[in-house]
Amino acid sequence: MEILFYIAAAVTVLATLRVITHVHAVHALLYLVVALIALALIFYLLGAQFAAALEIIIYGGAIMVLFIFVVMLLGPLAVEQERTWLKPGAWVGPGILALVLLGEVGYLIAIGDHLPITVSETRQKGVSIALYGPYIIGVELASMLLLPGLIGAYHLGRRVSKESR
Amino acid sequence: MLSTPSLVLAIMLFGLGVVGLLSRRNILYMLLSLEIMLNAASLAFIAAGARWGQVDGEIMFLFILTLAAAEVSVALGIVLQLSYRFRTLDADAFSEMRG
Repeated sequence: MEILFYIAAAVTVLATLRVITHVHAVHALLYLVVALIALALIFYLLGAQFAAALEIIIYGGAIMVLFIFVVMLLGPLAVEQERTWLKPGAWVGPGILALVLLGEVGYLIAIGDHLPITVSETRQKGVSIALYGPYIIGVELASMLLLPGLIGAYHLGRRVSKESR
Repeated sequence: MLSTPSLVLAIMLFGLGVVGLLSRRNILYMLLSLEIMLNAASLAFIAAGARWGQVDGEIMFLFILTLAAAEVSVALGIVLQLSYRFRTLDADAFSEMRG
């Protein structure tokens, strides 16, 4: 149980170190995805299963896809640059780290019912009730944050035409 | 329990994010460092919520997730505009305001 946490923590720190020291943006994004998945495993071990699922779906899925789109949109992409980005060696580091995480998940599935983690339905229910009870003002504020975010992203994402410069 | 190691990990991740933010001058990497710091904050919230058995930690995680999504969409739009106008992503090149 604790050893799983420490392995996932080591994977997170190593992948994050590679993110901030890498020169290729796409490789750094690969490592960041691995770090996010390791962090999701830590959330799961801490008993926050819903947060773990959201971490993978929204952070590892949606936000990282946004980053990759922007990296692809930046500048004209030469074939040579694509080739340097997609060297087969680029996958080795993130692949090994992700394999470690896969082994941990396999172990967790294998021990099955003897999980020392309390998977409680009442906790998830409590999250939902508190979110729409005492925290309803936070939900409203989040919607007020997301709408300007949408409009701002639409406005900023336009390509500026030549004559308006 | 895992609360103390989780907080130590959160501090380490936040420190790595700060180091990345201060040392890299590419604006895309600065955004990635911001994401790392937001993740460290949410890990601290979740660890605290698990320690006390309260649901508030996970709710704060949901709010941080919303904030990160809005922030990333606007910030990446700004990155696109900067790259169109200045043809570079170097943060030191955006010095028209002489700050």
